Amino acid sequence: MTDYLLSVSALHKHFGGIAATDNVNLEVERGQVHAIIGPNGAGKTTLLAQLSGQIKPDSGNIEFGGRSIVNDSMARRARNGLARSFQITSVVMPMTLLENVMLAVQGTGGHSFRFWKPVSQDTALKDAAMASLVEVGLDDRAAQIAANVSHGEQRQLEVAMALAMKPRMLLLDEPMAGMGKEEGSAMVEILNRLKGDITILLVEHDMDAVFNMADKLSVLVDGHIIATDSVDNIRNNADVQKAYLGDGHA
Amino acid sequence: MNWLPTRFSSRVYILLLLVLALAPFIFELIDQPFYLDLLSRALILAIAVISLNLILGFGGMVSLGHAAYIGIGAYCVGIASYYDFYNGWLHLALALSVSAVFALLTGAISLRTRGVYFIMITMAFSQMVYFTFLSLEEYGADDGLVIYSRSEFPGLISMDSATGLYYWIFALLLASLFFVQRLVHSHFGRVIVGSKFNEQRMQALGFNTYRYRLTCYVISAMMCSLAGMLLGNFTGFISPDMIGWARSGELIFMVIIGGVGTFFGPLIGTLAYLVLEEALSAITIYWHLIFGILLVALVLFGKGGIHGWLSRLDRKQVDHD
Repeated sequence: MTDYLLSVSALHKHFGGIAATDNVNLEVERGQVHAIIGPNGAGKTTLLAQLSGQIKPDSGNIEFGGRSIVNDSMARRARNGLARSFQITSVVMPMTLLENVMLAVQGTGGHSFRFWKPVSQDTALKDAAMASLVEVGLDDRAAQIAANVSHGEQRQLEVAMALAMKPRMLLLDEPMAGMGKEEGSAMVEILNRLKGDITILLVEHDMDAVFNMADKLSVLVDGHIIATDSVDNIRNNADVQKAYLGDGHA
Repeated sequence: MNWLPTRFSSRVYILLLLVLALAPFIFELIDQPFYLDLLSRALILAIAVISLNLILGFGGMVSLGHAAYIGIGAYCVGIASYYDFYNGWLHLALALSVSAVFALLTGAISLRTRGVYFIMITMAFSQMVYFTFLSLEEYGADDGLVIYSRSEFPGLISMDSATGLYYWIFALLLASLFFVQRLVHSHFGRVIVGSKFNEQRMQALGFNTYRYRLTCYVISAMMCSLAGMLLGNFTGFISPDMIGWARSGELIFMVIIGGVGTFFGPLIGTLAYLVLEEALSAITIYWHLIFGILLVALVLFGKGGIHGWLSRLDRKQVDHD
């Protein structure tokens, strides 16, 4: 039997008359990189937001590690090992890269109702954060203020923060968004290194990157998954080509 | 982050604290005991402003009802004394516990709102306290209540003399400054500051930001009740007028003048505000007009308040080195 870390069944979400998520069923195998592709406005980010707990679905179920998490808060899901990065860079801009990642370590490492000892003296916390920065190649930028580093580096910081949470599963919302070619391939390299250790659900526009990394693909169109298959099969799938070519060449 | 005093400004702050420590002797030397009164009142307010800055400056929670906690602290002293309980520890315990409970209940509701709604709801709760005090016939209602004797702390410096009370105030001021500094740099403080800038991200990192912010709100309220307890002792009189919402607005101004989210800003801001008020009112009866224009100018052009100016002076100095 296949070991699914995340399974989504009959998920629905409407905004007014628009079905942003229309009966989505999705299963992500442990240890795999599963990518969701689809044209703009297909509801990819909305789906991810429901998985992370940022918005509540109208109906349906989400199981993570065999337990329903559909009623858990975003913070609770994060503590249970479901980490997400944001499509629009979302870090604490006035803090340094190291301070940002330290927060990420803090968030999953027990409570932070510790009022007296300076956090800067918590070497275990610092070391763990530094390790994540090393993983994404930002260790030499650790003391920089997040607002002052390049967009690509902020995206890498996003990933470092997600990693620092020691997640069982990463939800990545367009990690390559707005990156140059070089930054993009650096990100692919980082993610490929994580492959196997962490289960990843990836939403991405960059098809080359997706075909490079993903084990499995789901195609989302108008809130509905029209196909889930291996990368090769999806490439040759007529429906998918229609959805994509229709969108791209219109 | 630009929290810690830079070189020039830290020298200014240390000098200021030294002057404050010696103030009773200085004023005696120049034979102006009235100044000690002014300064005592200023430092009491500074404690309240420091507590407000904790939630407003570091936590991003703009409360327009913080004066309520000054009132709660003062009324705890006043009402206990009315029944002939003068023990200072009792007053302290009452002020801290009543303010904590009130902050927990009202904060739990207020912190579910954001932005301007938070401002309005904190103001509404403080007006609730105001009108409650106004309706307390037994304790003087709008006439207020005279406190005949100050809190007694057996074995410690007596509050009875002006100098004794001043050193109580000064000690609690130092404690507040130190406490906030420790708190902001702690694990807890990082979560509070992070939530100010990007609460959604903090939740995605696993923090239940609501609980952390509520805890911070309660801590701030308890600190502010200390100022109230001191104010009750200082004026020897309590009345609802202490805590109108205009007073809460003044506290916000003091935070802004000094420098939002800085450690010494609240102290500097309070002193500057009160000195300015005192000086202008001596010049003309239309001083409110000038004062208002100055405040608007400060908010518009004085980025970072007085602490900001001092830090910028520092940077210039560094350039010359």
